Amino acid sequence: MAEISMTVNGRKVTATVEDRTLLVHFLREHLGLTGTHVGCDTSQCGACVVHLDGKAVKSCTMLAAQASGSEVLTIEGLAQDGELHPVQAAFKEYHGLQCGFCTPGMIMAAVDIINRHPNGLDEKTVREELEGNICRCTGYHNIVKAILAASEAMRGRAAEAA
Amino acid sequence: MYQTTYHRASSVAEAVKLLADSGDGKFVAGGQTLIPTMKQRLAAPTDLIDLRHISELKGISFSGNEVRIGAGTTHAEVASNAALAGICPAICHLAGHIGDPHVRHMGTIGGSLANNDPAADYPAAVLALGATVHTSKRSIAADDFFAGLFTTALEEDEIITAVSFTAPEKAGYAKFPNPASRYALTGVFVAKRPDGVRVAVTGAGEDGVFRAEALEQALSTSFDPSALNGISLPYDGLLSDIHASAEYRAHLIVVMAKRAVEAANA
Ligand SMILES: Cc1cc2nc3c(=O)[nH]c(=O)nc-3n(C[C@H](O)[C@H](O)[C@H](O)COP(=O)(O)OP(=O)(O)OC[C@H]3O[C@@H](n4cnc5c(N)ncnc54)[C@H](O)[C@@H]3O)c2cc1C
Repeated sequence: MAEISMTVNGRKVTATVEDRTLLVHFLREHLGLTGTHVGCDTSQCGACVVHLDGKAVKSCTMLAAQASGSEVLTIEGLAQDGELHPVQAAFKEYHGLQCGFCTPGMIMAAVDIINRHPNGLDEKTVREELEGNICRCTGYHNIVKAILAASEAMRGRAAEAA
Repeated sequence: MYQTTYHRASSVAEAVKLLADSGDGKFVAGGQTLIPTMKQRLAAPTDLIDLRHISELKGISFSGNEVRIGAGTTHAEVASNAALAGICPAICHLAGHIGDPHVRHMGTIGGSLANNDPAADYPAAVLALGATVHTSKRSIAADDFFAGLFTTALEEDEIITAVSFTAPEKAGYAKFPNPASRYALTGVFVAKRPDGVRVAVTGAGEDGVFRAEALEQALSTSFDPSALNGISLPYDGLLSDIHASAEYRAHLIVVMAKRAVEAANA
């Protein structure tokens, strides 16, 4: 068994888990954070994307023990004080989802994409950057629109704050 | 996934010792190949020795035109290194097109080379650049490192510590990605050096990455895509699978080589 400790959505957690426990299973089954989804068994679909020390990773392709000592952010940790994160708000506004299964991973990936492109995004870049997130309903159009809009909104906020 | 025991090493020496003390242990770096393989129960190491927290394996350094990339450097770090882009943009381009952003945040150059997947991108760069693979035991020339499908010159308990190469005069990489996996259906890395041109092909060879001598000769005469006009490569030794026939891959090699030269000259 592995003794692990990490910060999840700002809260310190410690646990004893089987060494083979995947991070996604730790989040879902031990912490009850079921927003992070498991969509495939092959590390391809991106439904399980969370941030590890500020970077988007597939939580199904990492042991919880590998993440020990790190800061993890999941979809549950995005909204602040009951207010949706700008990317969540944009997915709602632009209807960037149908069944919603891929949405948590899409949103976590989108926040990462926007963070890495502080000078703004174009459609081509967004589509390339979504390589690791599969949606089988929408055809991606509204997802791309939502991410472009959120990127603008977040740049606006950053400009206001400056 | 079968049971395993996780260990975290803080130095190369400690990792080697942990492996020696394990039953049938394996190193894990980014885990982007090994963890999926364990999930499919195609690998069942008794112990996993995590290399990700070993600082001596990290980072990219320069000494004049010499480049050294630590084995634990992620694809994302290689892709976004401005100094590296200044002297060898082709390797940044290559790293930035491996898999997807999430894979690039974890996967490492050392893991990719140790794994030597016949469709992986880095082996083409390392072979074409005539790089040296440094390990916990020795230094191995790229020409002696790759030894067939998923096989390298590495011994069981040998850790890749870094890759070094002299920045080429020009280099380019072009891959035709498999539309589903994004691995190379065929990828070609060309490097122009003072002593000639080296061309390495990934994704197409039955024995993994290889050098295309016919293309090297043509490009050494004239480093221009047109130098490859009319060349057709033999099919034998090339992969044939559900994704592409050997004939198709033979054709793709020349097409990708032209695009790689174009990128190098741009
Ligand atoms: C969805 C997806 C898409 C991908 N697409 C591509 C692609 O387009 N192109 C591509 O090239 N790759 C692709 N990959 C593979 C990816 O690049 C991996 O990161 C890489 O192959 C392995 O690196 P790693 O650090 O994750 O190694 P790990 O998975 O941790 O280890 C792989 C092997 O290398 C050994 N190893 C690791 N580090 C060392 C070391 N320093 N010394 C000795 N042995 C070591 C391990 O013991 C293991 O056997 C993809 C992976 C996924 C999941």
